[in-house]
Amino acid sequence: MAGKKVGAQTLVFHNSPVILEAATVVGPLEGQGPLGGAFDIVYPDQLNGHRSWEACERAMMKEAVTLALDKAKVGIDRVDFMLAGDLLNQIISCNFAARDLGIPFLGIYGACSSFAESVGLAAALVDGGYADYTVAAVSSHYGTSERQFRFPTEYGGQRPPYSQCTVTGSGAAVIASQLYQTGVVPVITHFTIGKVIDLGIKDPYDMGSAMAPAAADTLQRHLLDTGRAPDYYDLILTGDLATVGKDIMLELADLAGLNIKSNYDDCGCMVYDRTTQPVFSGGSGCACSAVVVLGSVLERLRRHELRRVLVIATGALLSPVSYQQGESIPSIAHAISIEMRDTKEG
Amino acid sequence: MTRGKSRAMQANKPAKLQQKEYQAIAQRKKMKPPVLRNVVVAWVVGGLICVLGQAINQFFISRGFSSEDAGSPTVAVLILISSILTGLGVYDVLGQFAGAGSAVPVTGFANSVVSAALEFKREGLVLGVGAKMFSLAGPVIVYGTITAFIVGVIRALLR
Repeated sequence: MAGKKVGAQTLVFHNSPVILEAATVVGPLEGQGPLGGAFDIVYPDQLNGHRSWEACERAMMKEAVTLALDKAKVGIDRVDFMLAGDLLNQIISCNFAARDLGIPFLGIYGACSSFAESVGLAAALVDGGYADYTVAAVSSHYGTSERQFRFPTEYGGQRPPYSQCTVTGSGAAVIASQLYQTGVVPVITHFTIGKVIDLGIKDPYDMGSAMAPAAADTLQRHLLDTGRAPDYYDLILTGDLATVGKDIMLELADLAGLNIKSNYDDCGCMVYDRTTQPVFSGGSGCACSAVVVLGSVLERLRRHELRRVLVIATGALLSPVSYQQGESIPSIAHAISIEMRDTKEG
Repeated sequence: MTRGKSRAMQANKPAKLQQKEYQAIAQRKKMKPPVLRNVVVAWVVGGLICVLGQAINQFFISRGFSSEDAGSPTVAVLILISSILTGLGVYDVLGQFAGAGSAVPVTGFANSVVSAALEFKREGLVLGVGAKMFSLAGPVIVYGTITAFIVGVIRALLR
């Protein structure tokens, strides 16, 4: 019997892995958004002096990791493992960033759910006593995603209003054993690993609809496993459902008898201002949940505006090949529970 | 466990009917593209591009081209304008605004070629620009040629 698992899908961390520090790097559009002030570094344009968007994306991740370690005052050689993911084929952004950083590395792919996946796995390594310091990082980039998943960026096709805008950015978190920080700190308490859910949505522009059932399923499963009610959390966040998916999520939660109306929001709706920015229904991408949580929500936790937050990062597991062959969009959502806790209490 | 909860829990095992049920919800929540607005804007912008083409055509005729010969330089000028606007990052903005209005004329075809060429420049001149340039325009050429062939055959048979 797995002693560190509760219910069917949830890991529980008894040793309080701590989010020691985090750093966020974003592109210009995100910098001009409502959370602009919360990010550490804002690039002036999509290239930031690099020769390609891909080079810019991997540099962004490297910068986020380096900055997070600097803020945590942890030397790079003291980091046991780095877990990272991105959206590009063969996850080249994090592979190349890890090459330059030289930290023992596990690359993961969970599409835009990679944020919760990397943080949850890093916390598990720390909690299990396999690591003292880990780094979890993700990145996404508007230009690299557009050209891989959709059309050339200068192509004059008309996008539907429910499409989303990939967040250009990277977020990195240093997750360490509680022994390395005392006081009231943000601790990762649970990690609920989602199932792949596919309710037959085929439109690759309509990812919010594709992913909402996965988010709702993981939320229900998390609450069932932990025996918690939705109001246990001050804030329940989904990763990048944007306006359409958020709306559906509320309805699915309602159908499940869960009232999340007062404490639910979606990172894709928070990162941009839809009324003034050309982002259609909102943000998407691995970096969407990462920069919102690590840039803004973590700060609100530290200021004690929030005490308990559930982050459900959502991923649409499609590829251009799968949707061109007429397959529907399988989706996944992983949840991490972050709480402010006094680590001395144990 | 409430009844509502157990019902939604079945989402773990998506059945055919449930997919339909869910797709009905998703369809209801999905923002509808403003079709009437899109049609009107496409008609106006597409029409204006044609007016521009006509003006260029008249210009060449006034410079001594026959009305048949003026067609080729007119198309060339429209393609040039569209290519420059694509390079300046304007045509995609126009495309989002006008939809089919800017996609259907020859300027839209030029945009699809130039945008792909620009996008894949970093993969080199051969495997990037050369191989990817017609990734969007290719289908238009293929099916345009096939259509022309079929129409040609029909015309030949009717004579």
